[in-house]
Amino acid sequence: MSQDTLFDKVWDLHKVSRLPGGSDQIFIGLHLIHEVTSPQAFGALKDKNLKVKFPDRTVATVDHIVPTDNQSRPFKDNLAEKMIETLEKNCLEHKIRFFNIGSGNQGIVHVVAPELGLTQPGMTIACGDSHTSTHGAFGSIAFGIGTSQVRDVLATQTLAMNKLKVRQIWCNKKLSKGVYAKDLVLHIINKLGVKAGVGFAYEFAGPAIHELSMEERMTICNMSIEGGARCGYINPDEKTFSYIKNKLCAPKNEHWDKALRWWKSLKSDENSIYDDVIKLDASKVEPTVTWGITPGQSISINQQIPLLNDLSPDDKLVAKEAYEYMSFNPGQLIKDTPVDVCFIGSCTNGRISDLRVAAKVLKGKKVSKNVKAFAVPGSEKVATEAKQEGIDQIFKDSGFQWREPGCSMCLAMNSDKLIGNQVSASSSNRNFKGRQGSPNGRTLLMSPAMVAAAAINGKVSDVREFIN
Amino acid sequence: MKSEFTPPIGKISNIYGQCISLIGNDIDTDRIIPARFLKCVNFDSLGESVFQDDREPLKGKHPFDLEENKNATILIVNSNFGCGSSREHAPQALMRWGIKAIIGESFADIFYSNCIAIGIPCFTLPKKLIQEIQKNKDNNFLLLDIDLKNSLAKSRDISLNLEIKESSRKMFLSGEWDATSTLLENENLIEKKFHDLPYLDFNAESF
Repeated sequence: MSQDTLFDKVWDLHKVSRLPGGSDQIFIGLHLIHEVTSPQAFGALKDKNLKVKFPDRTVATVDHIVPTDNQSRPFKDNLAEKMIETLEKNCLEHKIRFFNIGSGNQGIVHVVAPELGLTQPGMTIACGDSHTSTHGAFGSIAFGIGTSQVRDVLATQTLAMNKLKVRQIWCNKKLSKGVYAKDLVLHIINKLGVKAGVGFAYEFAGPAIHELSMEERMTICNMSIEGGARCGYINPDEKTFSYIKNKLCAPKNEHWDKALRWWKSLKSDENSIYDDVIKLDASKVEPTVTWGITPGQSISINQQIPLLNDLSPDDKLVAKEAYEYMSFNPGQLIKDTPVDVCFIGSCTNGRISDLRVAAKVLKGKKVSKNVKAFAVPGSEKVATEAKQEGIDQIFKDSGFQWREPGCSMCLAMNSDKLIGNQVSASSSNRNFKGRQGSPNGRTLLMSPAMVAAAAINGKVSDVREFIN
Repeated sequence: MKSEFTPPIGKISNIYGQCISLIGNDIDTDRIIPARFLKCVNFDSLGESVFQDDREPLKGKHPFDLEENKNATILIVNSNFGCGSSREHAPQALMRWGIKAIIGESFADIFYSNCIAIGIPCFTLPKKLIQEIQKNKDNNFLLLDIDLKNSLAKSRDISLNLEIKESSRKMFLSGEWDATSTLLENENLIEKKFHDLPYLDFNAESF
């Protein structure tokens, strides 16, 4: 059993009681909600005649269903309109702070909370969304929950949970040029497998992680769940603190000094005990692309799609399913695979640094005429920053469509969808069957820079050939 | 559609029913319920859309469409079932289709918590045993009697030692799996924690 890791410390700090069944009752410091997984939770509160216990500890935004072309109200999609109206009504009724469209702070919940300074070290954070693990980049313990648990947090600010084990993933050296956080996390998931993290929190550590910016760290923690780990985190450091400083909801003045003192005391002890430790060499990671139907089915840009015999017996079943669904042959190179749609956005890679790196690749170039390419900033703030830097113009000049913020084609709950068996090069997080809106649509996950390269060439490409 | 849905309530100690097998590892919650069906403010109509995109191309041959499975209540799955999105809509859709318990090689964490929170016990068995059940020709008619008290599943010919997290098993037996009221019992401790946490103080002004 782990001891003295950041996870242990934050867990113990938030433990309210040991429940009769043996699980822990954990206090949730910050609860984030959105329109998709909260309406039934508010409905259940009403049925049980309960109130929101600490309305100040819940913050709402709208992201999953928002259109990215025309956000004027009412939305063209009646169901989407009904969902945003329900959230507006619930927030008003329960006095919950809501960052709506046009507020300047709306966006994907996992982009918004950090950029507002809501996400802070040492907190427990829950949200009805599996990518809540993103917030662990700040040294918080953050995890996704379902709607019944959203109800529990609203009603009690606590959750019944079993403590997770802790696996440290130590990343040596540093990433080489043209290789990004996305490549590293895809590599980790491939090496460990998509279910290795079940029952674990992942602590990402080591020189390669230390080197990453806060936004890159968010990309890593965001995808912990794709490796099965409900929670992923990184010990906070100076980068963490300076990212938070002066954000809208960050502690101010003497509160800042207090916060800083406490945050600096928060990290895994040098001799802390882990349930498991994995070490890898980050300098060996290459631009990585998924070829199958799970985020674990990835290869380096110059590799071939694995042969059935190269795979472990456990992986064969899904591999067979993947060859068939993707219409790819074992042994085929992933490089030069034609793509139809290119999507840059999502809570994994829709932040300003992601757009900057893609814009660098796109500058002065044109998107292939066979490709539909679109960029969806992760938040209104990201969109504003991109405009100030002229990044939106670089995207538009290259032939990318520049959209309004939201989750968009990461999960295709709005009208941004693949059609038929189109192949998309996507900076998002899931390549599941049907994930991007068409029941036979095909998704290749990669870094935003790699998506930009694919857009220009109209096929999967090595971004290192674009940058000097 | 099946007879009217009534959600489980109170103590759950026995589940008796017919098994339905779904073969495949890493079956994610997008497959269990595609995102377009999440555009709803209640869970009521999800049952008919469960596995929609897997079922459609099979034109009636998907396990969830076969006539002989229509009364099945115990789902037999392989490893990492329910991975991906945290959408509770997935177990809600399964439950509204008729599933009352799931036996598998392993489950994704969030899916597992969601099942427990809505009253669907999830049990694990070693891969070999799962595969044997799934291979069994008469599988469609395999009737199991699950006894939570002893973590046993029995049919006429077989007896299986099921594994389930002890905390979940206790919650089902005591009827406390619907956690809200249990959590609320500690209201004083919750208040105390609220006042003790260091960061709520230094964040008070900024919120």
